[in-house]
Amino acid sequence: MLDREKYHIKQLSIFSENRPGRLMDIAGSMKEAKVNILGFTIAEGSGYGVVRMLVDQPEKAHQMLTKEGHVVKFTDVLAVKMEDKPGGLYDLTLMLRDAGINIEYAYGYRNSPAAVLILRVEDIDRATDTILASGRELYDVSHFK
Amino acid sequence: MRLLVPNAQGEMDPMTCWNPKMEMMPKEELDRLQLKHLKALVHRLYDYSRFYRDRMEAAGVHPDHIWTLEDAAKLPYMVKRDLREIEPERLLMVSNRELVRYHASSGTTGRPTIAGYTQADVNNWTESVARGIASAGIGPDDVIQVAYTYGLFTGGLGLHYGAERIGATVVPASTGNSERQLDLIKRLNVTAIAATPSYLMHLGEVSEKMGINIKRDTKLRIGILGAEPWSDGMRDRMQDWLGVKGINIYGTSELSGPLWCECAEQNGMHVWGDLTLAEVIDPDTGENLGPGEKGELVITMLQKEAVPIVRYRTGDITTLETETCACGRTHLRLGRITGRVDDMLIIRGINVFPSQVEYVLMSNPELGNEFQIVVDRKGALDDMLVRVELKPESFIDNVAKLECLKDRIASRMRNTLMISAEVELVEPGTLPRFEGKAKRVIDKRKL
Repeated sequence: MLDREKYHIKQLSIFSENRPGRLMDIAGSMKEAKVNILGFTIAEGSGYGVVRMLVDQPEKAHQMLTKEGHVVKFTDVLAVKMEDKPGGLYDLTLMLRDAGINIEYAYGYRNSPAAVLILRVEDIDRATDTILASGRELYDVSHFK
Repeated sequence: MRLLVPNAQGEMDPMTCWNPKMEMMPKEELDRLQLKHLKALVHRLYDYSRFYRDRMEAAGVHPDHIWTLEDAAKLPYMVKRDLREIEPERLLMVSNRELVRYHASSGTTGRPTIAGYTQADVNNWTESVARGIASAGIGPDDVIQVAYTYGLFTGGLGLHYGAERIGATVVPASTGNSERQLDLIKRLNVTAIAATPSYLMHLGEVSEKMGINIKRDTKLRIGILGAEPWSDGMRDRMQDWLGVKGINIYGTSELSGPLWCECAEQNGMHVWGDLTLAEVIDPDTGENLGPGEKGELVITMLQKEAVPIVRYRTGDITTLETETCACGRTHLRLGRITGRVDDMLIIRGINVFPSQVEYVLMSNPELGNEFQIVVDRKGALDDMLVRVELKPESFIDNVAKLECLKDRIASRMRNTLMISAEVELVEPGTLPRFEGKAKRVIDKRKL
Protein backbone atom coordinates (compact mmCIF):
# COMPACT_ATOMS: atom_id res chain seq x y z
CA MET A 1 0.00 0.00 0.00
CA LEU A 2 1.12 3.48 -0.78
CA ASP A 3 2.45 5.41 2.18
CA ARG A 4 0.68 8.66 1.57
CA GLU A 5 1.68 10.07 4.97
CA LYS A 6 5.22 10.71 3.87
CA TYR A 7 3.93 13.22 1.29
CA HIS A 8 2.05 15.25 3.91
CA ILE A 9 4.40 18.15 4.36
CA LYS A 10 4.01 19.84 7.75
CA GLN A 11 3.53 23.49 6.96
CA LEU A 12 3.46 25.97 9.86
CA SER A 13 0.45 28.30 9.86
CA ILE A 14 0.69 31.24 12.23
CA PHE A 15 -2.12 33.64 13.15
CA SER A 16 -0.60 37.07 13.21
CA GLU A 17 -1.94 40.52 13.91
CA ASN A 18 -1.29 42.99 11.19
CA ARG A 19 1.07 45.37 12.98
CA PRO A 20 4.68 46.41 12.55
CA GLY A 21 7.22 43.99 13.96
CA ARG A 22 5.02 40.92 14.12
CA LEU A 23 6.75 39.15 11.23
CA MET A 24 10.09 40.19 12.66
CA ASP A 25 9.15 38.42 15.92
CA ILE A 26 8.44 35.22 14.01
CA ALA A 27 11.63 35.46 11.98
CA GLY A 28 13.56 36.19 15.19
CA SER A 29 12.21 33.03 16.82
CA MET A 30 13.32 30.99 13.82
CA LYS A 31 16.76 32.55 13.91
CA GLU A 32 17.11 31.82 17.61
CA ALA A 33 16.02 28.20 17.13
CA LYS A 34 18.42 27.89 14.17
CA VAL A 35 15.53 26.84 11.98
CA ASN A 36 15.91 27.40 8.25
CA ILE A 37 12.91 28.73 6.32
CA LEU A 38 12.50 26.99 2.96
CA GLY A 39 9.24 28.41 1.69
CA PHE A 40 7.14 31.30 2.90
CA THR A 41 3.96 33.27 2.21
CA ILE A 42 1.47 35.50 4.01
CA ALA A 43 -2.30 35.38 3.50
CA GLU A 44 -3.90 38.69 4.28
CA GLY A 45 -7.15 38.93 6.27
CA SER A 46 -8.63 42.20 7.49
CA GLY A 47 -6.54 43.34 10.44
CA TYR A 48 -4.63 40.07 10.66
CA GLY A 49 -2.63 37.73 8.50
CA VAL A 50 -1.86 34.04 8.31
CA VAL A 51 1.86 33.37 7.92
CA ARG A 52 2.65 30.08 6.16
CA MET A 53 6.12 28.61 6.32
CA LEU A 54 7.95 25.49 5.28
CA VAL A 55 10.97 24.92 7.49
CA ASP A 56 13.65 22.29 7.90
CA GLN A 57 12.69 21.46 11.49
CA PRO A 58 8.88 21.84 11.84
CA GLU A 59 8.57 20.38 15.37
CA LYS A 60 11.32 22.58 16.76
CA ALA A 61 9.85 25.65 15.04
CA HIS A 62 6.37 24.84 16.38
CA GLN A 63 7.69 24.50 19.92
CA MET A 64 9.65 27.71 19.73
CA LEU A 65 6.79 29.76 18.28
CA THR A 66 4.30 28.37 20.81
CA LYS A 67 6.71 29.20 23.63
CA GLU A 68 6.95 32.75 22.32
CA GLY A 69 3.15 33.06 22.52
CA HIS A 70 2.28 32.66 18.85
CA VAL A 71 -0.80 30.78 17.69
CA VAL A 72 0.67 28.06 15.48
CA LYS A 73 -0.85 25.09 13.70
CA PHE A 74 0.48 22.41 11.42
CA THR A 75 -1.27 22.26 8.09
CA ASP A 76 -0.67 19.33 5.75
CA VAL A 77 0.26 20.43 2.25
CA LEU A 78 1.63 18.74 -0.85
CA ALA A 79 4.88 19.74 -2.54
CA VAL A 80 4.73 19.04 -6.27
CA LYS A 81 7.92 18.90 -8.28
CA MET A 82 7.34 21.08 -11.30
CA GLU A 83 9.18 21.14 -14.58
CA ASP A 84 10.70 24.59 -14.71
CA LYS A 85 9.35 25.51 -18.14
CA PRO A 86 6.40 27.44 -19.62
CA GLY A 87 3.10 25.60 -19.31
CA GLY A 88 4.10 23.55 -16.27
CA LEU A 89 1.52 25.09 -13.97
CA TYR A 90 -1.15 24.90 -16.67
CA ASP A 91 -0.67 21.18 -17.19
CA LEU A 92 -0.88 20.47 -13.48
CA THR A 93 -3.96 22.63 -12.84
CA LEU A 94 -5.72 21.20 -15.92
CA MET A 95 -5.19 17.73 -14.55
CA LEU A 96 -6.50 18.75 -11.10
CA ARG A 97 -9.54 20.39 -12.61
CA ASP A 98 -10.36 17.29 -14.61
CA ALA A 99 -10.12 15.27 -11.41
CA GLY A 100 -12.40 17.78 -9.66
CA ILE A 101 -9.81 18.68 -7.05
CA ASN A 102 -10.19 22.17 -5.61
CA ILE A 103 -7.14 24.14 -4.52
CA GLU A 104 -7.60 26.07 -1.26
CA TYR A 105 -4.35 27.90 -1.71
CA ALA A 106 -1.01 27.44 -3.41
CA TYR A 107 2.35 29.09 -3.61
CA GLY A 108 5.52 28.25 -5.47
CA TYR A 109 9.19 28.69 -5.24
CA ARG A 110 12.10 27.85 -7.49
CA ASN A 111 14.47 25.26 -6.27
CA SER A 112 16.98 24.63 -9.07
CA PRO A 113 16.85 22.53 -11.19
CA ALA A 114 13.10 22.06 -10.56
CA ALA A 115 10.37 24.35 -9.18
CA VAL A 116 8.19 23.44 -6.23
CA LEU A 117 4.48 24.13 -6.01
CA ILE A 118 2.99 23.94 -2.53
CA LEU A 119 -0.66 22.94 -2.64
CA ARG A 120 -3.30 23.00 0.05
CA VAL A 121 -6.35 20.98 -0.98
CA GLU A 122 -9.46 19.73 0.76
CA ASP A 123 -8.91 16.02 0.14
CA ILE A 124 -5.19 15.54 0.45
CA ASP A 125 -5.15 11.77 -0.06
CA ARG A 126 -7.11 11.87 -3.29
CA ALA A 127 -4.89 14.69 -4.55
CA THR A 128 -1.81 12.66 -3.66
CA ASP A 129 -3.07 9.67 -5.60
CA THR A 130 -4.14 11.76 -8.57
CA ILE A 131 -0.84 13.59 -8.86
CA LEU A 132 1.27 10.44 -8.48
CA ALA A 133 -0.90 8.54 -10.94
CA SER A 134 -0.32 11.26 -13.52
CA GLY A 135 3.37 10.44 -13.39
CA ARG A 136 4.33 13.55 -11.53
CA GLU A 137 6.66 13.59 -8.56
CA LEU A 138 5.79 14.73 -5.05
CA TYR A 139 8.50 15.66 -2.63
CA ASP A 140 8.25 13.76 0.61
CA VAL A 141 9.03 15.06 4.07
CA SER A 142 12.69 13.98 3.86
CA HIS A 143 13.19 16.58 1.12
CA PHE A 144 12.63 19.39 3.62
CA LYS A 145 15.07 18.20 6.29
CA MET B 1 -34.92 84.17 13.07
CA ARG B 2 -37.51 85.37 15.54
CA LEU B 3 -36.19 86.65 18.82
CA LEU B 4 -37.80 85.67 22.05
CA VAL B 5 -38.74 89.07 23.46
CA PRO B 6 -41.85 89.85 25.50
CA ASN B 7 -44.10 92.42 23.84
CA ALA B 8 -45.19 95.70 25.39
CA GLN B 9 -47.79 93.94 27.52
CA GLY B 10 -45.17 91.57 28.89
CA GLU B 11 -46.70 88.71 26.91
CA MET B 12 -44.68 86.37 24.78
CA ASP B 13 -44.94 86.29 21.05
CA PRO B 14 -47.41 83.43 20.58
CA MET B 15 -45.24 82.02 17.80
CA THR B 16 -42.24 81.57 20.06
CA CYS B 17 -44.11 80.55 23.19
CA TRP B 18 -46.36 77.57 22.68
CA ASN B 19 -48.04 77.56 26.08
CA PRO B 20 -47.36 80.93 27.78
CA LYS B 21 -49.64 80.26 30.75
CA MET B 22 -47.77 77.12 31.69
CA GLU B 23 -44.28 78.13 30.60
CA MET B 24 -44.35 81.50 32.42
CA MET B 25 -46.25 80.27 35.48
CA PRO B 26 -44.98 81.95 38.70
CA LYS B 27 -42.69 79.61 40.61
CA GLU B 28 -44.91 79.28 43.70
CA GLU B 29 -47.89 78.36 41.58
CA LEU B 30 -45.80 75.86 39.63
CA ASP B 31 -44.60 74.30 42.91
CA ARG B 32 -48.17 73.88 44.06
CA LEU B 33 -49.13 72.30 40.74
CA GLN B 34 -46.18 69.90 40.94
CA LEU B 35 -47.10 68.87 44.47
CA LYS B 36 -50.70 68.23 43.43
CA HIS B 37 -49.52 65.99 40.59
CA LEU B 38 -46.96 64.24 42.79
CA LYS B 39 -49.53 63.39 45.45
CA ALA B 40 -51.96 62.10 42.83
CA LEU B 41 -49.21 60.00 41.26
CA VAL B 42 -48.13 58.43 44.54
CA HIS B 43 -51.70 57.60 45.48
CA ARG B 44 -52.38 56.08 42.07
CA LEU B 45 -49.25 53.94 42.24
CA TYR B 46 -49.91 52.80 45.78
CA ASP B 47 -53.51 51.91 45.04
CA TYR B 48 -53.22 50.36 41.61
CA SER B 49 -49.73 48.96 41.10
CA ARG B 50 -48.54 45.87 42.94
CA PHE B 51 -45.01 46.63 41.81
CA TYR B 52 -44.86 50.21 43.09
CA ARG B 53 -46.78 49.43 46.25
CA ASP B 54 -44.27 46.69 47.13
CA ARG B 55 -41.43 49.08 46.40
CA MET B 56 -42.94 51.79 48.60
CA GLU B 57 -43.67 49.41 51.44
CA ALA B 58 -40.12 48.07 51.31
CA ALA B 59 -38.90 51.66 51.59
CA GLY B 60 -41.35 52.36 54.42
CA VAL B 61 -43.16 55.11 52.51
CA HIS B 62 -46.89 55.67 52.46
CA PRO B 63 -48.69 58.22 50.25
CA ASP B 64 -49.59 60.10 53.44
CA HIS B 65 -45.90 60.84 53.97
CA ILE B 66 -45.79 63.08 50.91
CA TRP B 67 -46.63 66.62 52.06
CA THR B 68 -44.05 68.75 50.27
CA LEU B 69 -42.04 68.45 47.07
CA GLU B 70 -38.98 67.67 49.20
CA ASP B 71 -40.80 64.58 50.47
CA ALA B 72 -40.31 63.07 47.01
CA ALA B 73 -36.82 62.17 48.27
CA LYS B 74 -38.48 59.54 50.50
CA LEU B 75 -39.65 57.56 47.48
CA PRO B 76 -37.53 54.62 46.30
CA TYR B 77 -35.46 54.98 43.14
CA MET B 78 -36.00 53.23 39.86
CA VAL B 79 -33.01 52.18 37.79
CA LYS B 80 -32.57 51.08 34.19
CA ARG B 81 -32.29 47.48 35.37
CA ASP B 82 -35.87 47.63 36.66
CA LEU B 83 -37.20 48.49 33.22
CA ARG B 84 -35.02 45.90 31.59
CA GLU B 85 -35.49 42.93 33.84
CA ILE B 86 -38.95 43.28 35.27
CA GLU B 87 -41.65 41.90 33.02
CA PRO B 88 -43.32 44.76 31.14
CA GLU B 89 -46.73 43.57 32.38
CA ARG B 90 -45.72 44.28 35.97
CA LEU B 91 -44.72 47.85 35.13
CA LEU B 92 -47.61 48.60 32.80
CA MET B 93 -50.52 50.23 34.58
CA VAL B 94 -52.96 50.19 31.71
CA SER B 95 -54.46 47.55 29.44
CA ASN B 96 -53.92 47.09 25.73
CA ARG B 97 -57.14 48.96 25.15
CA GLU B 98 -55.53 52.14 26.47
CA LEU B 99 -52.10 51.66 24.89
CA VAL B 100 -51.60 53.45 21.62
CA ARG B 101 -47.92 52.86 20.91
CA TYR B 102 -44.73 51.07 21.85
CA HIS B 103 -41.15 52.22 21.55
CA ALA B 104 -38.03 50.32 22.54
CA SER B 105 -34.40 50.94 23.24
CA SER B 106 -31.62 48.43 22.76
CA GLY B 107 -31.25 46.18 25.81
CA THR B 108 -28.03 45.06 27.41
CA THR B 109 -28.55 41.42 26.67
CA GLY B 110 -30.18 41.77 23.32
CA ARG B 111 -33.64 42.12 24.80
CA PRO B 112 -34.95 45.60 24.14
CA THR B 113 -36.37 47.79 26.90
CA ILE B 114 -40.02 48.28 25.98
CA ALA B 115 -41.91 51.49 26.63
CA GLY B 116 -45.69 51.69 26.22
CA TYR B 117 -47.70 54.88 25.73
CA THR B 118 -51.31 55.88 26.25
CA GLN B 119 -52.80 58.66 24.16
CA ALA B 120 -52.24 61.04 27.08
CA ASP B 121 -48.59 59.95 27.29
CA VAL B 122 -48.08 60.71 23.60
CA ASN B 123 -49.90 64.04 24.03
CA ASN B 124 -47.76 65.11 26.99
CA TRP B 125 -44.58 64.05 25.21
CA THR B 126 -45.66 66.00 22.14
CA GLU B 127 -46.55 69.02 24.31
CA SER B 128 -43.07 68.91 25.86
CA VAL B 129 -41.36 68.87 22.45
CA ALA B 130 -43.73 71.51 21.06
CA ARG B 131 -42.95 73.96 23.88
CA GLY B 132 -39.25 73.29 23.57
CA ILE B 133 -38.78 73.71 19.85
CA ALA B 134 -41.08 76.77 19.82
CA SER B 135 -38.91 78.31 22.54
CA ALA B 136 -35.89 77.68 20.34
CA GLY B 137 -37.46 79.85 17.66
CA ILE B 138 -39.26 77.35 15.45
CA GLY B 139 -42.80 78.21 14.32
CA PRO B 140 -45.47 77.49 11.70
CA ASP B 141 -43.42 79.13 8.96
CA ASP B 142 -40.51 76.78 9.49
CA VAL B 143 -39.64 73.63 7.60
CA ILE B 144 -37.97 71.13 9.91
CA GLN B 145 -36.12 68.09 8.66
CA VAL B 146 -36.22 65.29 11.22
CA ALA B 147 -33.00 63.38 10.71
CA TYR B 148 -33.35 61.17 13.76
CA THR B 149 -34.21 57.53 13.14
CA TYR B 150 -37.92 56.82 12.81
CA GLY B 151 -39.11 53.58 14.32
CA LEU B 152 -38.62 52.00 17.71
CA PHE B 153 -36.10 54.70 18.57
CA THR B 154 -38.00 57.65 20.06
CA GLY B 155 -36.03 60.44 18.38
CA GLY B 156 -37.73 60.49 14.98
CA LEU B 157 -41.38 60.29 15.97
CA GLY B 158 -40.86 62.44 19.09
CA LEU B 159 -39.60 65.41 17.11
CA HIS B 160 -42.05 64.71 14.30
CA TYR B 161 -45.13 64.97 16.50
CA GLY B 162 -43.80 68.01 18.40
CA ALA B 163 -43.03 69.88 15.20
CA GLU B 164 -46.40 69.07 13.64
CA ARG B 165 -48.13 70.21 16.82
CA ILE B 166 -46.74 73.75 16.47
CA GLY B 167 -47.66 73.81 12.79
CA ALA B 168 -44.17 73.53 11.36
CA THR B 169 -43.72 71.60 8.11
CA VAL B 170 -41.97 68.32 8.76
CA VAL B 171 -39.60 66.57 6.37
CA PRO B 172 -39.41 63.06 7.85
CA ALA B 173 -36.01 62.23 6.39
CA SER B 174 -34.91 59.84 9.15
CA THR B 175 -31.20 58.96 9.16
CA GLY B 176 -28.75 58.16 6.40
CA ASN B 177 -28.23 59.10 2.75
CA SER B 178 -26.50 62.40 3.40
CA GLU B 179 -26.61 63.55 -0.23
CA ARG B 180 -30.36 63.19 -0.29
CA GLN B 181 -30.66 64.95 3.08
CA LEU B 182 -28.74 67.92 1.70
CA ASP B 183 -30.72 67.90 -1.51
CA LEU B 184 -33.97 68.06 0.51
CA ILE B 185 -32.59 70.86 2.69
CA LYS B 186 -31.87 72.88 -0.41
CA ARG B 187 -34.95 72.11 -2.45
CA LEU B 188 -37.54 72.35 0.32
CA ASN B 189 -36.00 75.45 1.90
CA VAL B 190 -35.54 73.63 5.17
CA THR B 191 -34.92 76.06 8.05
CA ALA B 192 -34.37 73.68 10.95
CA ILE B 193 -32.97 70.21 11.42
CA ALA B 194 -33.29 67.72 14.26
CA ALA B 195 -30.31 65.37 14.37
CA THR B 196 -27.43 64.21 16.49
CA PRO B 197 -24.79 66.95 16.62
CA SER B 198 -22.26 64.63 15.05
CA TYR B 199 -24.59 63.90 12.16
CA LEU B 200 -25.05 67.59 11.46
CA MET B 201 -21.26 68.00 11.46
CA HIS B 202 -21.10 65.07 9.06
CA LEU B 203 -23.66 66.74 6.78
CA GLY B 204 -21.43 69.81 6.89
CA GLU B 205 -18.52 67.79 5.62
CA VAL B 206 -20.57 66.08 2.91
CA SER B 207 -22.00 69.43 1.79
CA GLU B 208 -18.50 70.78 1.21
CA LYS B 209 -17.68 67.78 -0.95
CA MET B 210 -20.89 68.38 -2.93
CA GLY B 211 -19.99 72.02 -3.38
CA ILE B 212 -22.87 73.22 -1.19
CA ASN B 213 -22.20 75.95 1.36
CA ILE B 214 -24.86 75.47 4.02
CA LYS B 215 -24.47 79.01 5.28
CA ARG B 216 -24.79 80.59 1.84
CA ASP B 217 -26.80 78.12 -0.23
CA THR B 218 -29.46 76.93 2.23
CA LYS B 219 -32.01 78.43 4.62
CA LEU B 220 -30.95 76.14 7.47
CA ARG B 221 -30.69 78.24 10.64
CA ILE B 222 -31.58 76.10 13.67
CA GLY B 223 -30.41 72.65 14.74
CA ILE B 224 -32.24 70.70 17.46
CA LEU B 225 -29.35 68.53 18.49
CA GLY B 226 -29.07 65.76 21.04
CA ALA B 227 -29.18 62.02 21.78
CA GLU B 228 -25.46 62.14 22.48
CA PRO B 229 -23.14 64.27 24.61
CA TRP B 230 -21.52 67.24 22.97
CA SER B 231 -19.80 70.38 24.11
CA ASP B 232 -20.07 74.16 23.89
CA GLY B 233 -16.79 74.10 21.98
CA MET B 234 -18.35 71.95 19.28
CA ARG B 235 -21.42 74.21 19.26
CA ASP B 236 -19.29 77.32 18.70
CA ARG B 237 -17.42 75.66 15.88
CA MET B 238 -20.60 74.45 14.23
CA GLN B 239 -22.44 77.75 14.51
CA ASP B 240 -19.49 79.55 13.04
CA TRP B 241 -18.94 77.03 10.26
CA LEU B 242 -22.50 76.20 9.20
CA GLY B 243 -24.38 79.24 10.49
CA VAL B 244 -26.78 76.89 12.27
CA LYS B 245 -27.83 77.79 15.81
CA GLY B 246 -27.24 74.69 17.94
CA ILE B 247 -30.05 73.94 20.39
CA ASN B 248 -29.37 71.20 22.89
CA ILE B 249 -32.15 68.63 23.47
CA TYR B 250 -32.41 65.86 26.07
CA GLY B 251 -34.61 62.91 26.82
CA THR B 252 -34.49 59.14 27.00
CA SER B 253 -36.90 56.45 25.89
CA GLU B 254 -37.60 55.57 29.55
CA LEU B 255 -38.93 59.07 30.16
CA SER B 256 -40.89 59.03 26.84
CA GLY B 257 -38.27 60.22 24.36
CA PRO B 258 -36.68 63.58 23.61
CA LEU B 259 -38.42 65.96 26.00
CA TRP B 260 -36.63 69.17 26.83
CA CYS B 261 -34.58 71.57 24.80
CA GLU B 262 -32.99 74.94 25.16
CA CYS B 263 -34.73 78.16 24.25
CA ALA B 264 -33.11 80.68 21.96
CA GLU B 265 -31.01 81.84 24.94
CA GLN B 266 -29.09 78.52 24.70
CA ASN B 267 -28.65 78.51 28.45
CA GLY B 268 -29.95 75.18 29.74
CA MET B 269 -32.89 72.98 28.74
CA HIS B 270 -36.28 73.89 30.20
CA VAL B 271 -37.67 70.97 32.18
CA TRP B 272 -41.43 71.42 32.17
CA GLY B 273 -42.38 71.26 35.85
CA ASP B 274 -46.05 70.45 35.28
CA LEU B 275 -44.96 67.19 33.65
CA THR B 276 -41.68 66.43 35.38
CA LEU B 277 -40.02 66.61 38.77
CA ALA B 278 -36.25 66.76 38.33
CA GLU B 279 -33.64 66.24 41.03
CA VAL B 280 -29.87 66.01 41.07
CA ILE B 281 -28.34 63.67 43.63
CA ASP B 282 -24.90 62.62 44.75
CA PRO B 283 -24.67 59.24 42.97
CA ASP B 284 -22.73 57.71 45.88
CA THR B 285 -24.66 58.96 48.91
CA GLY B 286 -28.04 59.62 47.30
CA GLU B 287 -28.06 63.05 48.94
CA ASN B 288 -30.05 65.72 47.06
CA LEU B 289 -27.82 68.44 45.66
CA GLY B 290 -28.56 72.14 45.27
CA PRO B 291 -28.76 74.36 42.18
CA GLY B 292 -25.59 74.34 40.10
CA GLU B 293 -24.16 71.33 41.93
CA LYS B 294 -23.07 68.53 39.67
CA GLY B 295 -24.60 65.08 40.21
CA GLU B 296 -26.83 62.38 38.78
CA LEU B 297 -30.09 63.42 37.18
CA VAL B 298 -33.14 61.77 38.78
CA ILE B 299 -36.51 62.13 37.06
CA THR B 300 -40.12 61.62 38.11
CA MET B 301 -42.64 61.87 35.30
CA LEU B 302 -45.65 63.37 37.06
CA GLN B 303 -48.34 62.49 34.54
CA LYS B 304 -47.07 59.40 32.75
CA GLU B 305 -49.79 56.76 32.65
CA ALA B 306 -48.70 53.55 30.93
CA VAL B 307 -45.30 53.04 32.54
CA PRO B 308 -44.91 55.44 35.47
CA ILE B 309 -41.41 56.71 36.11
CA VAL B 310 -40.64 57.58 39.72
CA ARG B 311 -37.24 58.88 40.80
CA TYR B 312 -35.61 57.24 37.82
CA ARG B 313 -31.83 57.38 37.99
CA THR B 314 -30.81 58.39 34.48
CA GLY B 315 -27.10 57.76 35.04
CA ASP B 316 -26.40 61.14 33.42
CA ILE B 317 -24.22 63.64 35.25
CA THR B 318 -25.43 67.24 35.03
CA THR B 319 -26.63 70.31 36.96
CA LEU B 320 -29.98 72.01 37.51
CA GLU B 321 -30.53 75.77 37.69
CA THR B 322 -33.54 77.25 39.48
CA GLU B 323 -33.25 80.89 38.41
CA THR B 324 -35.79 82.13 35.90
CA CYS B 325 -34.32 82.10 32.39
CA ALA B 326 -33.66 85.35 30.55
CA CYS B 327 -36.50 84.32 28.23
CA GLY B 328 -38.90 84.54 31.16
CA ARG B 329 -39.64 80.85 31.53
CA THR B 330 -39.83 79.87 35.19
CA HIS B 331 -39.14 76.15 34.96
CA LEU B 332 -35.91 74.40 36.02
CA ARG B 333 -33.06 74.47 33.56
CA LEU B 334 -31.03 71.37 32.89
CA GLY B 335 -27.33 71.85 32.16
CA ARG B 336 -25.21 69.94 29.71
CA ILE B 337 -24.71 66.23 30.29
CA THR B 338 -21.05 66.02 31.20
CA GLY B 339 -20.67 62.33 31.87
CA ARG B 340 -22.14 59.03 33.01
CA VAL B 341 -22.34 57.30 36.36
CA ASP B 342 -21.92 53.91 34.70
CA ASP B 343 -19.95 52.73 31.69
CA MET B 344 -22.66 53.42 29.13
CA LEU B 345 -21.39 54.73 25.80
CA ILE B 346 -23.41 56.81 23.39
CA ILE B 347 -22.42 56.04 19.84
CA ARG B 348 -24.17 57.75 16.96
CA GLY B 349 -27.02 58.50 19.34
CA ILE B 350 -27.47 54.88 20.42
CA ASN B 351 -26.82 53.75 23.99
CA VAL B 352 -24.25 50.98 24.15
CA PHE B 353 -23.18 49.13 27.28
CA PRO B 354 -19.93 47.18 27.19
CA SER B 355 -21.91 44.31 28.74
CA GLN B 356 -23.97 44.10 25.52
CA VAL B 357 -20.81 43.75 23.49
CA GLU B 358 -19.56 41.12 25.92
CA TYR B 359 -22.82 39.21 25.63
CA VAL B 360 -22.54 39.02 21.84
CA LEU B 361 -18.88 38.02 21.92
CA MET B 362 -19.28 35.35 24.57
CA SER B 363 -21.95 33.58 22.56
CA ASN B 364 -19.19 32.65 20.07
CA PRO B 365 -17.20 29.65 21.29
CA GLU B 366 -14.32 30.59 18.97
CA LEU B 367 -13.52 33.70 20.95
CA GLY B 368 -11.53 34.22 24.13
CA ASN B 369 -12.65 36.21 27.17
CA GLU B 370 -10.74 39.38 26.52
CA PHE B 371 -12.04 42.21 24.38
CA GLN B 372 -11.61 45.90 23.92
CA ILE B 373 -13.95 48.58 22.57
CA VAL B 374 -12.30 51.47 20.78
CA VAL B 375 -14.53 54.44 20.02
CA ASP B 376 -13.27 57.17 17.78
CA ARG B 377 -14.67 59.94 15.65
CA LYS B 378 -13.84 59.44 12.00
CA GLY B 379 -14.63 62.76 10.39
CA ALA B 380 -17.75 63.82 12.26
CA LEU B 381 -19.22 60.38 12.88
CA ASP B 382 -18.59 57.99 15.73
CA ASP B 383 -16.86 54.79 14.89
CA MET B 384 -16.81 51.68 17.06
CA LEU B 385 -14.18 48.99 16.80
CA VAL B 386 -14.40 45.81 18.83
CA ARG B 387 -11.13 43.94 19.24
CA VAL B 388 -11.42 40.40 20.49
CA GLU B 389 -8.97 37.58 21.05
CA LEU B 390 -9.28 34.42 19.00
CA LYS B 391 -8.92 31.21 21.02
CA PRO B 392 -5.72 29.35 19.97
CA GLU B 393 -7.69 26.19 19.23
CA SER B 394 -10.11 28.11 16.99
CA PHE B 395 -7.41 29.20 14.61
CA ILE B 396 -7.68 27.54 11.24
CA ASP B 397 -5.47 28.21 8.26
CA ASN B 398 -8.39 29.34 6.15
CA VAL B 399 -8.78 33.06 5.70
CA ALA B 400 -12.24 32.73 4.20
CA LYS B 401 -13.51 30.92 7.31
CA LEU B 402 -11.88 33.47 9.64
CA GLU B 403 -13.49 36.29 7.68
CA CYS B 404 -16.78 34.47 7.90
CA LEU B 405 -16.46 34.28 11.69
CA LYS B 406 -15.74 38.00 11.81
CA ASP B 407 -18.74 38.82 9.67
CA ARG B 408 -20.97 36.65 11.82
CA ILE B 409 -19.86 38.47 14.97
CA ALA B 410 -20.33 41.86 13.30
CA SER B 411 -23.83 40.97 12.18
CA ARG B 412 -24.85 39.71 15.64
CA MET B 413 -23.43 42.91 17.07
CA ARG B 414 -25.53 44.96 14.67
CA ASN B 415 -28.68 43.05 15.57
CA THR B 416 -28.14 43.38 19.30
CA LEU B 417 -26.76 46.89 19.60
CA MET B 418 -28.69 48.38 16.68
CA ILE B 419 -25.42 49.90 15.56
CA SER B 420 -22.72 48.62 13.27
CA ALA B 421 -19.29 47.96 14.68
CA GLU B 422 -16.09 46.87 13.08
CA VAL B 423 -14.70 43.63 14.51
CA GLU B 424 -11.03 42.80 14.69
CA LEU B 425 -9.67 39.38 15.61
CA VAL B 426 -6.45 39.62 17.59
CA GLU B 427 -3.89 37.12 18.85
CA PRO B 428 -4.63 35.48 22.20
CA GLY B 429 -2.86 37.09 25.12
CA THR B 430 -2.30 40.43 23.44
CA LEU B 431 -5.12 42.50 24.94
CA PRO B 432 -4.47 44.06 28.35
CA ARG B 433 -5.45 42.03 31.43
CA PHE B 434 -6.88 43.68 34.53
CA GLU B 435 -6.61 42.73 38.14
CA GLY B 436 -9.36 44.99 39.38
CA LYS B 437 -12.14 46.54 37.36
CA ALA B 438 -11.53 45.90 33.70
CA LYS B 439 -11.06 48.94 31.53
CA ARG B 440 -12.38 47.67 28.24
CA VAL B 441 -13.33 50.95 26.62
CA ILE B 442 -10.96 53.32 24.92
CA ASP B 443 -12.86 56.46 23.97
CA LYS B 444 -10.73 58.60 21.71
CA ARG B 445 -13.48 61.08 20.92
CA LYS B 446 -12.72 64.61 21.98
CA LEU B 447 -15.84 66.49 22.91
